[in-house]
Amino acid sequence: MTLTQPSLTAVESAPSRANAAGRRLRNRLGATGLVALCWIALMIGCAALAPVIAPHDPNAQDLLHVYAAPGGDHLLGTDGTGRDILSRLIWGARTSLVGPALVVLLSLVVGLPLALAAAWRGGWLDAVVGRFLDIVFSLPAILVAVLAVAVFRPGPAPAILALAVAYLPYVARVARSAALRQRAMPYVAALTVQGHGGVAICARHLLPNITPVVGAQIPIAFANALMDLAALSFLGLAVQSPQADWGVLVNDAQAVLQGHSSQVVYAGVLIIATVVALMLIGDRLGGDIRRRRVRRAPQPTGRTP
Amino acid sequence: MTAAPVVDVHELRKVYRTGTSGPLGPRRNEFVAVAGATFQVAAGECLGIVGESGSGKSTTARMLAGLERPTAGTISVLGTDRSRPARRAAERHLRGGQLQMVFQDPYTSLDPRQTARDTIDETLRLHTRLSRAERADRVSEIAASVGLDQRQAHALPAGLSGGQRQRVAIARALAADPRVIVLDEAVSALDVSIQAQILNLLADIRDATGVAYLFITHDLAVVRHMADRVLVLKEGHIVEQGPTAKVLDHPEHPYTQRLRESVPARGTP
Repeated sequence: MTLTQPSLTAVESAPSRANAAGRRLRNRLGATGLVALCWIALMIGCAALAPVIAPHDPNAQDLLHVYAAPGGDHLLGTDGTGRDILSRLIWGARTSLVGPALVVLLSLVVGLPLALAAAWRGGWLDAVVGRFLDIVFSLPAILVAVLAVAVFRPGPAPAILALAVAYLPYVARVARSAALRQRAMPYVAALTVQGHGGVAICARHLLPNITPVVGAQIPIAFANALMDLAALSFLGLAVQSPQADWGVLVNDAQAVLQGHSSQVVYAGVLIIATVVALMLIGDRLGGDIRRRRVRRAPQPTGRTP
Repeated sequence: MTAAPVVDVHELRKVYRTGTSGPLGPRRNEFVAVAGATFQVAAGECLGIVGESGSGKSTTARMLAGLERPTAGTISVLGTDRSRPARRAAERHLRGGQLQMVFQDPYTSLDPRQTARDTIDETLRLHTRLSRAERADRVSEIAASVGLDQRQAHALPAGLSGGQRQRVAIARALAADPRVIVLDEAVSALDVSIQAQILNLLADIRDATGVAYLFITHDLAVVRHMADRVLVLKEGHIVEQGPTAKVLDHPEHPYTQRLRESVPARGTP
């Protein structure tokens, strides 16, 4: 029965494992997905290295050179107070990406334990968590954020916290349904018979097994949060001018849309391209999981009750 | 059956209630899966439980393993009552060390993200106080005892065949050093040739460790090969029990006779 293949060594070496991981990623994302991933990597690079690569101070005004044309010292020109647009876009990547990252991180930190507890315990806890998530899901994220800003104060912190609450269902509903599917697997029953506790089984077995499904959801939640935060910043409710943020940049230049539209276009293109790239990655990851599930689905089990 | 039994089941009963709310108030549908089963398993014995689908075999197994809660009756393993769910961690560990279970489908009864070695090691971490190095030795020992080679021991379940996976599941059960192993259709999902290998492995393990088996199957040929005594379940009732040869060769209950006749005999087309 043991069809041992001599070519397979017992322990793969580290580089070959890394290559295998890279190959898997390529297979999962496809060509367009890889382009999207490169774009996101570029944006993250800009955000991380903003102090190094930005040619000018993003907030330095130069009233002698307002609305300078692109080229020369200012690659993308300057805005109405003579600030370098390219530098503001690069610094804007920071606030525009850190905000959604915090939203997703917070909703993961709260949502995953909630979802696992609900799936593990079932019964009333699952019912309460499920209804709660449904109610939050029915509230538009922007509305929650606007309410929070109205109650507290305009600024990034209240907006991010409010969006984290509003995005809780995006993560938790998917995690809960994936965890429920895993919980019904016999390997979980086997672990229970072994004598492992619920917390240990959830942390060591359920969590790693729902990671691919939840992971596919993260880019999509990130993209939506980016869009919502940019919209809130545009409305002046999250990041405040003069701090550079893509949403703020669109708002700053909208008064001069006729005549000096370039800043609106640049910032808008960055928002759209980043959101589309994230959506694409999420879609590819999710589609890959669905395909694999379909392939694995027909399994003959002659289980008797 | 002279020594104290390792498993003592008395009047075990499981009723599933499927309550639906109709227009005239709640309607109760009751399904009796196990209707008062009483049996014992002696130390080192292999008790076969046979019956058709829906006869309550698996429900009995799951109740013994603590995966289902009995509606009535008592289950005692090595003198410890387990009719109620374990309340404390120490109680869970104790029960896990007494009785282990091997499931039918080796494709879903292993964590797909855990290698065979890690699976065995996790059980050892829970049930022994061995150091990391001692555990590594013990893992190799257990893996070898169920016939897993080096590559297979380091492989994820996806890289193993059904028979190899079932060996991992058996190794995982053995790692807890139990006195009883419940085998719920443990070879039913395997090819016939692999079945024979796993059955021989189980027989060898019993000889070496003196563990008792509760062997649940619908396959009478398998029961004849493995079990010392056999118990026939029909619709949750025990209709017949006794030594395997006697029950299978000279069945008293018409149901056992029908079960036996439904198996194609050797040599007949």
